[in-house]
Amino acid sequence: MAKASPGHAAGGVPGGFDRHLAWWLALGWAGFAVLPWYAIEDGFWSFGWVAEAFADRDYAPALLQWLDFERPWLAPAGLALLLPLAVIRRRRTDPLFAWLLIASGALGLAYTLLQGFAIGIAGWEFEFLTRAFGEFGDRQFGMGYGALLVCAACLFMFAQGIAARGAINGDGFVVGAIALIIALVAAFVFFPISRILISAFQDNNYQYDLALFFEKLTSSSIWGLRCVGESVACGIAWNSLLLAVLTATSTTLLGLAFALIVSRTGFRAKRLLRVMTVLPLITPPFVIGLSIILLFGVSGTVTQFLDWAFGITPTRYVYGLPGVWFAQTLAFAPIAFLVMIGVVDGVSPSMEEAAQTLRADSWRTFTSVSLPLMRPGIANAFLLGFIESLADFGNPLVLGGDYDVLSTGIFFAIVGAQHDQGRAAVLAIVLLAFTLSAFLLQRLWLGRKSYATVTGKGDSGVPVALPRRLQVVVYSTALPWAALTAVIYAMILFGGFVEVWGLDHTLTLRHYADAFSVSVGSEGLLWTGAAWNSFGSTVTIAAIAAPLTASLGLLTAYLLVRQRFAGRDAFEFGTMLSFAIPGTVIGVSYILAFNVPPLELTGTGVILVLSFMFRNMPVGVRAGIAAMSQLDKSLDEASLTLGASSLTTVRRVILPLLRPAIVAALVFSFVRAMTAISAVIFLVSAEYDMATSYIIGRVENGDYGLAIAYASVLILVMVSVVMLVQLVVGERQLGRRRGEHAGGVAAAPA
Amino acid sequence: MRSRAASVRFDSVSKRFGEVLALNEVSFEIEPGTLVTQLGPSGCGKTTTLRLIAGLELPSGGAIHIGEQDVSTLPATSRDVTMVFQSYALFPHMSVLDNVAYGLRVSGVGREERKDLALQGLELVGLADLAPRLPSELSGGQQQRVAVARALVLEPSVLLFDEPLSNLDAKLRRQVRQEIRDLQQKLGLTAVYVTHDQEEALAVSDRIIVMRNAAIAQEGSPRELYEEPADLFVADFIGDANLVEASIEAVNDDRARVDIGGIRRELPARGLAPGPAHVAIRPESLLLRAGPHDGDTPSGTVREATYLGSHIEYNVQCDLGLLFVVDPRVDDMLAPGTRVGIDLAGHGVSLVHG
Repeated sequence: MAKASPGHAAGGVPGGFDRHLAWWLALGWAGFAVLPWYAIEDGFWSFGWVAEAFADRDYAPALLQWLDFERPWLAPAGLALLLPLAVIRRRRTDPLFAWLLIASGALGLAYTLLQGFAIGIAGWEFEFLTRAFGEFGDRQFGMGYGALLVCAACLFMFAQGIAARGAINGDGFVVGAIALIIALVAAFVFFPISRILISAFQDNNYQYDLALFFEKLTSSSIWGLRCVGESVACGIAWNSLLLAVLTATSTTLLGLAFALIVSRTGFRAKRLLRVMTVLPLITPPFVIGLSIILLFGVSGTVTQFLDWAFGITPTRYVYGLPGVWFAQTLAFAPIAFLVMIGVVDGVSPSMEEAAQTLRADSWRTFTSVSLPLMRPGIANAFLLGFIESLADFGNPLVLGGDYDVLSTGIFFAIVGAQHDQGRAAVLAIVLLAFTLSAFLLQRLWLGRKSYATVTGKGDSGVPVALPRRLQVVVYSTALPWAALTAVIYAMILFGGFVEVWGLDHTLTLRHYADAFSVSVGSEGLLWTGAAWNSFGSTVTIAAIAAPLTASLGLLTAYLLVRQRFAGRDAFEFGTMLSFAIPGTVIGVSYILAFNVPPLELTGTGVILVLSFMFRNMPVGVRAGIAAMSQLDKSLDEASLTLGASSLTTVRRVILPLLRPAIVAALVFSFVRAMTAISAVIFLVSAEYDMATSYIIGRVENGDYGLAIAYASVLILVMVSVVMLVQLVVGERQLGRRRGEHAGGVAAAPA
Repeated sequence: MRSRAASVRFDSVSKRFGEVLALNEVSFEIEPGTLVTQLGPSGCGKTTTLRLIAGLELPSGGAIHIGEQDVSTLPATSRDVTMVFQSYALFPHMSVLDNVAYGLRVSGVGREERKDLALQGLELVGLADLAPRLPSELSGGQQQRVAVARALVLEPSVLLFDEPLSNLDAKLRRQVRQEIRDLQQKLGLTAVYVTHDQEEALAVSDRIIVMRNAAIAQEGSPRELYEEPADLFVADFIGDANLVEASIEAVNDDRARVDIGGIRRELPARGLAPGPAHVAIRPESLLLRAGPHDGDTPSGTVREATYLGSHIEYNVQCDLGLLFVVDPRVDDMLAPGTRVGIDLAGHGVSLVHG
């Protein structure tokens, strides 16, 4: 049978009828002529509009808006969907086919977006338009299903046109995927960030004021240094930087110590130490801060003990820099540990053995060979800790006291009495500048300097044992710290069962009952606990976000690993960028960008899902890149030469082989969504409250019991999710590994 | 299985990867039903040529025809070409049968029919009884044959082999290459075969295209390439060759009378004019004779002698330079230092360009 049977030819049968194009056109027309053009007030998933779709001005599709409801400016979007009909029967290789698709796709998309931005709730959005066209009598709200579909159809027509011109071997699927991801990242990362920049230049009446911007940017509340020698609070930027440097240093050193113990000593409980690496994943970061309050707060256990034993008066000594630093070190050391394990393991044992055969003793070997080889990795862990600390919101909020940092400063500028969007934007820019510099430094400088040797060849050497004195140092720092971590977690689990911590240590289940009680009423089961609402929406939102995040990340990884295209480096940078954008900045930017048409999303669940998707996307991308680089590219090519399209290849070959990575990405994005706080706290609404913001709310009210009970439930839920998945995926991975060798490298000579 | 073998034609095809020119205006034609080998050192463009035929790369310039169809802009998916990969690229998560049936499945062949066809394909390579196994449960040679079966069942108009034997050990390599050649001839397939092993190329090919620096160095039958290499590169790449200075005394009817260090020979002139020239001499065409200097023929001294079982290799220093000589007479080995006279056999000597 011929390979060119209609079953698979990617819409490119010469002289035939282009099915892909027809499909997208049909979708576009459905969006233009059938579905409501504007967003439905009752929510994305409500379908009350169906009955009145053609009668009501709010629910009508664009076609009727134009003909019946006097919104003629929507008509050109339909024209863009009309043009491609002219070439639907032409060959793909016909230059006209490509150019017409590119033109109509680009124009349709550009026009739809332009009219959306130009005409808002109050008519013309821009003054120069009012001046040019006079006052505008009508107004419009955010875009809905219809507009979304028309935009998507235009985007894919554009991509099909580019593909037809021969880009990426004429592969429509790949070009479409690239276009989709660029469009999404532009809409949900770059657009919001640019809104922050714009709003930084505006005063509170939306007038541009450059002088005010510079005044705010150089304000002494940000950069003030009078604290040196005087008892005045330092500039908020210096506070953040100091904290970040301290945290990065302490986490890196601890991470290195832990990693050395695990890979270079005969320590017995290595597996127990490795468990620590899972902790930051399953713990909302501020929970550590909470636990520190239980230990060292005014009525904390340690404080009370000191009062009782030595008569030291309890004070709020833990609030401020020491407390936040302590909490962040506890929270982020495991991340540095995870990075450093990779780095320490990456130092090839044969290098160390070589040094030893050249008569270096173990101390000389470590200082002259191992350590220099680890240096880029150490710098990497430092920058990571630096970024994490700057971005951290929960711990400074809970423990900061008078010690303001940028991330909390942004929050209070928005929600506080001042409600100064401009100040929030300026602070966000400063914070973003810090994290982005660290991110750029990491990529540009360290990107080329990794000595970690991953050759695929089994390295047969045995790592050299650590020198004696170093072992002592390493053990004496890391082990007490591990013990402290254990105490902290024990406090969290135990704290929820105590009436009032520090005052009344009667055991009680009251807090759990308050949070998670269920009663049987006349209408069946009643979820009477205070936490059910936020718990339910958290799980729902996280469960919706997880598959979307994972697919976005893996699709991006596929494009980066498997495809060559112009601008690939910029593409990679753009998709990884959101890693360096602190959650608070994302939160503020989403509020600024999506509060008004054309994308009105604040107060919905959609905005939470979107923020999770784009916050966690880089992690999915990294996981995908790591997993996909292990798959021999000739597997894809074999599938292509056997007549499968790229889409079929992804579905039948790549995805089945990536199953472990997919599950990992799913779990990871689910768990991250459950524990996130920084962006979430700006985006929650009464209807969609999230667990973390609810807990923070309880903490701020001093209701520690319920907060701790809720936090420990969250932790337990996530531990069980992670363990369940490890159990299921762990075994699969073993089975797969055998297979991978067979496909990748041929078996050894018989 | 029927053969739908088609010809392959390159019309000044070029391929650039950024700044690098991987293929520079290459033209050739492959007759239907023949096996043509692309031979050359690494980086010469032979694999690029193969990937261009497969559609895994599209040309930067020129046109590629398969049969009558211009496929220059057609991606791999839509071409009627299959390929046996160097790594075999068997899908590790599918059984042998599913691997072989994969191409049928994605082109929409029904379940029963594709099972039959896949089993037939496995039958051809003698592995029908291993159908339910996973690729990881097969030996290297078996995996290789599954890869061949997978490429065969689609009855491609062109079948490509990318160094298919490089992961097999020497003994198995000889056997499998014969199997591939037999199968190709039995089914009348058009096959393009990439290798850097000249012996493999000589053994399996109808024609050989030797490539160098993104261009074709010489094209011809195995015998032509071995006996009449166009230049030193080809002479040296296919077999070994000694490059020796000579002078052409006269050219008549494209026959040249050549003086090689005193030995006179009639050789095909290959368009060369009288004057200084180079000849390539195969090591087995140099005949050593122990004993004193004799007449005009060159003489020299054995520098090294290496016993290799089936033959002896000598390095001989003489007026012509340092010569590499292969001598099948293993019984009387000449010791280093022996004075020898040198003569030429009637074959394996040719004038070369440059």
